Amino acid sequence: MDPLFANGVDLTIVLIVVFKTVVVFAFLLIATMFMVWFERKIVGDMQNRIGPNRAGPFGILQTLADGIKLFFKEDLLPDRADKRIFRLAPYLSLVPAFLTFSIIPIGGVFHGGSETPGTISIFGHRTFFQLADPPVGILVALACSSIAVYGVMLAGWSSGSKYPLLGSVRASAQMVSYEAALGLSVVAVILTSETGVLGTHAIVAGQARGLGYWNILATGVVPFFIFLIAATAELNRPPFDLVEAEQELVGGFNTEYSSIRFALFFLAEFMNVITMSGIIITLFLGGPSGPLLFGPDFIWPLFWFFGKLLCFLFLFVWFRATLPRFRYDQLMDLGWKMLIPLSLGWLLVVAAIRVGSDEGWNPVLVVGVCGLGLVTAGSLLRVAMRTARYRRELGEVEVH
Amino acid sequence: MGYLGGFLVSIAQMGKRQRVTTQYPQEKRPKPERLHGRHVLNRYEDGMEKCIGCELCAGVCPAKCIYVRGKDNPVDDPISPGERWGFIYEINYLRCIHCDLCVEACPTEAITETKLFEFSFTNRSDAIYTRDELLVDDAGKPKMLPWEDWSDADEVVPHTSAWMRATAPSGCAEYEGQPAWSGELGFGVRPPEHGQMAEPPPPFPEAEEKVLEGVHAQSHEAVDAFGHPLVADDKIAPH
Repeated sequence: MDPLFANGVDLTIVLIVVFKTVVVFAFLLIATMFMVWFERKIVGDMQNRIGPNRAGPFGILQTLADGIKLFFKEDLLPDRADKRIFRLAPYLSLVPAFLTFSIIPIGGVFHGGSETPGTISIFGHRTFFQLADPPVGILVALACSSIAVYGVMLAGWSSGSKYPLLGSVRASAQMVSYEAALGLSVVAVILTSETGVLGTHAIVAGQARGLGYWNILATGVVPFFIFLIAATAELNRPPFDLVEAEQELVGGFNTEYSSIRFALFFLAEFMNVITMSGIIITLFLGGPSGPLLFGPDFIWPLFWFFGKLLCFLFLFVWFRATLPRFRYDQLMDLGWKMLIPLSLGWLLVVAAIRVGSDEGWNPVLVVGVCGLGLVTAGSLLRVAMRTARYRRELGEVEVH
Repeated sequence: MGYLGGFLVSIAQMGKRQRVTTQYPQEKRPKPERLHGRHVLNRYEDGMEKCIGCELCAGVCPAKCIYVRGKDNPVDDPISPGERWGFIYEINYLRCIHCDLCVEACPTEAITETKLFEFSFTNRSDAIYTRDELLVDDAGKPKMLPWEDWSDADEVVPHTSAWMRATAPSGCAEYEGQPAWSGELGFGVRPPEHGQMAEPPPPFPEAEEKVLEGVHAQSHEAVDAFGHPLVADDKIAPH
């Protein structure tokens, strides 16, 4: 519970909440602007290009210029569009991107025996260095990413045009498939935490005790990679950007969008990258926790948070510069035949180890049995898929 | 490295500062020799216009961007050495595809293409170049229009010299299908490229041999490649 609300709510506290909201909102917008510029610069460098360099120093104002340009462009509403839904869709994908960021702890000293971990003092009140810490915590992030699917799906559906429709069908299928793997790796994180809490603040506080407590190690690395891949797919970023495959679908679900509505989609997409990086850090890499070196205490958590954030932003850009786009069946194979079975299996292993440590079983034996079970199940699955493929090739099974 | 090797490839490019990009308006790449830019209407050395208003360029234009009207030359002050002159000549650069067919069609080499292509007009009437705008000045140089970028003019304008015919106009069969440069007022003639002989073609050795063969054929019976006797059509007796 946020210590801000410990003594009831009065006007000052409401104003503090509003202040925090505005700050986070402004920060996220500026960070998105920076992210677009960062991506274009880094991808440009990796492709031996320059990237934006005209607007402002190093082209840092390019996003602003693009935004202003898009804002003043004509807003086209297609004749065949379902007008109300067409107008609604961009906000359906933008608002969840904002909402998700509200649960990410950005700073505050988490360890070092502070009585109120992860807080800062605003106008004499101590409050969490995050916008909100709902008890359902990380589920908000999953819920928001599910709502964002509606934005994409309805945008394509309401455009009344075939490319957007195909793009949105792909998008919803992809996001729904990868959400399963995403959710299952989150469950692994929650299982390993001491009290099984869902709140992001508590998850970070649990990891702040030391490097060994970071969930990336505590869950055994695999859920982290599953989450990373599934998150990339969830963000519709390369190599999973089939939704916007320009070569096939013109622009995907946003083909019919122009002007500020298109800008909102664009904004949401990049904002989601930042938000998802924040979620990964929170879940697996201890959020803002890290050693406090010198100077005032509140700087270092911010430094660690943004340092980790920048690493992941770079990673997503690096993915984009390196990996070619998946084919649709490869995408579905990876999702359903690799990530979901693996995350399910790993979840069982984590659960078994957790139960074993509670019951006092021999940990070596538990790990051995789990490993054996995982390998056996994996081989069985492989055999099953081989057989299915073989029979399909023989023509014994009707393929629809 | 297997699957992950590609990541090293892309990150290895970072910070190398290998750039394929040029800072375009400030820094321009050399233009290709045969670049098709905007047109000019040429003049003879005595200042007369080459255009005779025949409208062949307009006829051949696949984009239908040329509008020409011809008119009889005034007897006392002719504008072109021909019978007629093009008193209206307009090219719409919103339509022109720079295919150069008008240049090929022109019988008097009146219309040629320069290497100027960097123009940005903001209304349609600017996009339609009129006869006055297309016509070269007394030195044979194109006229600079307010919406054109001539920042590398020193390099480009001299290179607008001359133009190329797909088939040399010398009329000699040896040049069939060979391109050749042709001279232009103010620019002269371009040096020949590879495959374009500067010296006159050699006499026709094969033709001479054929003549000799013909002489021999009178004494010997003409045979084809398989040794069969050749008989002219008109010598075959009708049945």
